[in-house]
Amino acid sequence: MTFLSALHMTGGYGGADIIQDCSITVEKGEIAVVVGPNGAGKSTAMRAVFGMLDLREGSVVLDGRDITLMAPQQRVAIGMGFVPQNRNIFVTLTVQENLEMGAYIRNDDISETMEQVFALFPILRERRDQPAGELSGGQRQQVAVGRALMTKPKLLMLDEPTAGVSPIVMDDLFDKILEIAKTGIAILMVEQNARQALEIADHGFVLVQGRNRFSDTGQALLADPEVRRSFLGG
Amino acid sequence: MDVLNALVLFANFVVVPATAYGAQLALGALGITLIFGILRFANFAHGELMSFGTMATILLTWFLQAQGAGIAPLPTALLALPLGIVAAIAAALATDRAVYRFYRHKRANPIIFAIVSVGVMFVMAGLIRIIIGPDDQSFADGARFLIRAQEFRQVTGLKEGLAIKQSQLITVSIAVIVVLLLFWFLQKTRSGKAMRAYSDNEDLALLSGIDPDRVVTIAWIITATLATIAGVLYGLDKTYKPFIFLQLLLPIFAAAILGGIGQPVGAILGGFVVAFSEVMVTYAYKKFFSYLGPEGWAPDGLVQLLSTDYKFAVSFIILVAVLLIRPTGIIRGRVL
Amino acid sequence: MKRRGVFYFSVMAALLLAVGLGQSWNVALGIINLCLISAIMALGVNMQWGYAGLFNVGIMGFTALGGLTAVLVSMPPVTEAWSAGGRGIALAFLSLVATVVAIIIARRLVPPLFKIWITIVIVILGFLLIRVFYEPAVEQIEAINPAHTGYLGGFNLPIVLSWFLGGVVAAGAAWLIGKISLGLRADYLAIATLGISEIIIAVLKYEEWLSRGVKNVTGLPRPVPYEVDLMAADWFINLTAWFHADVTDAASIFVKLCYAGLFLIMLAAIMWLAERALRSPWGRMMRAIRDNRDAANAMGKDVTWRHLQVFVLGCAVCGIAGAMLTTLDGQLTPSSYIPLRYTFLIWVMVIIGGSGNNWGAVLGGFIIWFLWIEAEPLGNWLMRMITLFMEDGFWLKDHLIAGAAYTRLVLMGAILLVVMRFAPKGLIPEK
Repeated sequence: MTFLSALHMTGGYGGADIIQDCSITVEKGEIAVVVGPNGAGKSTAMRAVFGMLDLREGSVVLDGRDITLMAPQQRVAIGMGFVPQNRNIFVTLTVQENLEMGAYIRNDDISETMEQVFALFPILRERRDQPAGELSGGQRQQVAVGRALMTKPKLLMLDEPTAGVSPIVMDDLFDKILEIAKTGIAILMVEQNARQALEIADHGFVLVQGRNRFSDTGQALLADPEVRRSFLGG
Repeated sequence: MDVLNALVLFANFVVVPATAYGAQLALGALGITLIFGILRFANFAHGELMSFGTMATILLTWFLQAQGAGIAPLPTALLALPLGIVAAIAAALATDRAVYRFYRHKRANPIIFAIVSVGVMFVMAGLIRIIIGPDDQSFADGARFLIRAQEFRQVTGLKEGLAIKQSQLITVSIAVIVVLLLFWFLQKTRSGKAMRAYSDNEDLALLSGIDPDRVVTIAWIITATLATIAGVLYGLDKTYKPFIFLQLLLPIFAAAILGGIGQPVGAILGGFVVAFSEVMVTYAYKKFFSYLGPEGWAPDGLVQLLSTDYKFAVSFIILVAVLLIRPTGIIRGRVL
Repeated sequence: MKRRGVFYFSVMAALLLAVGLGQSWNVALGIINLCLISAIMALGVNMQWGYAGLFNVGIMGFTALGGLTAVLVSMPPVTEAWSAGGRGIALAFLSLVATVVAIIIARRLVPPLFKIWITIVIVILGFLLIRVFYEPAVEQIEAINPAHTGYLGGFNLPIVLSWFLGGVVAAGAAWLIGKISLGLRADYLAIATLGISEIIIAVLKYEEWLSRGVKNVTGLPRPVPYEVDLMAADWFINLTAWFHADVTDAASIFVKLCYAGLFLIMLAAIMWLAERALRSPWGRMMRAIRDNRDAANAMGKDVTWRHLQVFVLGCAVCGIAGAMLTTLDGQLTPSSYIPLRYTFLIWVMVIIGGSGNNWGAVLGGFIIWFLWIEAEPLGNWLMRMITLFMEDGFWLKDHLIAGAAYTRLVLMGAILLVVMRFAPKGLIPEK
């Protein structure tokens, strides 16, 4: 049984439908990547999965439970973590406070989870008492991912995590994402850097004008000549 | 000796009153800045909220005084203060539920909020004037002076006396306690951190499961508490008069903007800068300089930069200077 | 939409008629005159809020500047005061100009880092220089016949001229304040205007050499006939005889009618200009900026400059209304300027009438002024109803009846809140 299956999603922000009959699935411990040209509705599709826009058609099922009508906050509570593309940290709060706020809905002891995040991102332990706004771009993304991990999500969603960071930082971030996936968390990621993202992806979804154009394993998509020609620049 | 006299003179007429006034402004500005930070609008009803809490405190003080209850030598108003605060909190939460919540859920423009707060200001101003009347009300009792100018002169043998009113000491000590408590709350507690997070990044706070209604409720509770304390302290130190609170709005806004909007530390700094500038600019330095100059020398005129009539102009000039030079305030606040 | 407006204005006319028939024509005309002035103020604020979305909380100050202009234009000059202190004031003024020029030149010459410091230094030096001339001059001027004059007086020109000059003066102040605070976040303009209005009132209250401060300037010359002259004039006595009216009453009504005529002409002229402006490309641009500032900015429109234009225009209209108000009162009483009445009440007018719609603003001016006046009997009645079952002499009864006057504040606030909540577009919405 598929862990997350968002099937036949159709909807937009009040006006015209931005995504049409769009389907995305992820398995536990796998990385799924959504790629496509600018304006293809990649981020919209992800926001639809997270419940940030109303679907006219289609359904979202997580772990066998239909959550199509659930509010984003409730989705966080049942195990979805979301890292927005912009403004994804609390700049005036310290790194540690950012993580604490990530765990705000939890009422149990969060120190173990925080240890895990610090183990994954050692630099954050060093900078724990520094305001997050003072960190570098790559470190900020680590804070953002760490914040989302604090709820111990079963599905982690990342909206263009490597936007605006250097290639070295990007590689580093992808390594961390692989590491997170190995712990059994399902990962759904929207990426602008299609080639690198597909390399680490178990599954890839190529979206064009809000519709699924290709869906296959990451390797198969990378090998597909048509995908290469149209979306990966040859 | 003359230098000492000059310093005492300066302390008596500038430092002591400005410190007390600064503490009152700081408490008011903290409320403005909290509402700015959490609800994101300039609350024009803030002065009336101060007035409302103070009025409730005064009414209870009169009742206690009539019953013969008191905590002499401290003013009875301090005994009544907690209930006054409760009344102000009730008023603030009631207006939030009845008025502001609707616009919050609609995510209305901050200017709409500001205009609506004008409506709240009208209603509160009217109610206050109906309940307690438009006139001056005195409610201070207890010991008046901690140090009298006379005694100070006798003890030190100086020509100039230093008088410290009890209300001034109470003002400063309560302000210190309240501010420490506030910072402890904001920095150390889960709810405090959630408030800062909400003020920093509303969308992400919602995503993290922070309940906006809870944050807003706490913000109003703190604001009403600070406003009542500020108003009562101002009333003990000077006098209570309903119309004064609309005028106090300007220095309080100036303090909040000077400090950096949404920055509690800045609001406190701003309060003191505004208060000291106001008192220093309108103080007549004639006597002060005559102590410092050679024997028998005294400057012509009062050596006063601005007449006291223009003390509100001082806040305004500070405000304009901040807007021109550093619109974000001393501590970088939000500039939307 | 048009029918709705006609309906509301007819109701308003009927209400005023009812006051005329029920209370007296004198009262009704008194209300109408202030309604007309309020309507002009509301038009000014509507330009700023309705056209451009600017929140001006300093209406009181611009109104007062208009009032000051009325005094300076119309009163006879006090020649002794001029000869005693005129030179000093002129020198002080020249020093002010010199300071400003010095700042402008100095800021061009020094590197950016020192700009602030050189400005501060010149401001302080200039301030001291101005005081050298200013203080003795003020003392001399205020010493001359303080019970009656003690100020420089005015230019002895027809007071109607001040209706235009008042607008110019208010526009100047608005330009300064707008230059500083427009372009920053929207609530800064609100707070800055709140400040400037308090300062303008402070100047009016305490600069006795200028307009006698709280001693008030009374007996401003009128643009219309005086009652005493009318009552002595044969043609007027004949006229009243023809109407079978009381001469004293008739004279007072005649004067008020004259004012109403003048004010109506002003309102019509401003209304005509405002409507034309709203429909011009300029007006469309303003509304485009209001509705989507970012888009307008992206299209290369200088939003701040446009805002400055409309802010200055709106304040000028408030200044005009202020001069008219002082003319009607025949005196300038600085202590009567309080923000609730002169700033926030105007806001209630604009909001209730329909922001963005000039007819709405005018209607709001009429309705709110009418209610402001009639709220007093209403409040009294309400309090009497509430206290109906209380014994006479019971403290709460006396207290509530004494506070009845303030129900008008509650009423105004309630109107503002209800309109904002349930009819945010106002009675006559924008087309």
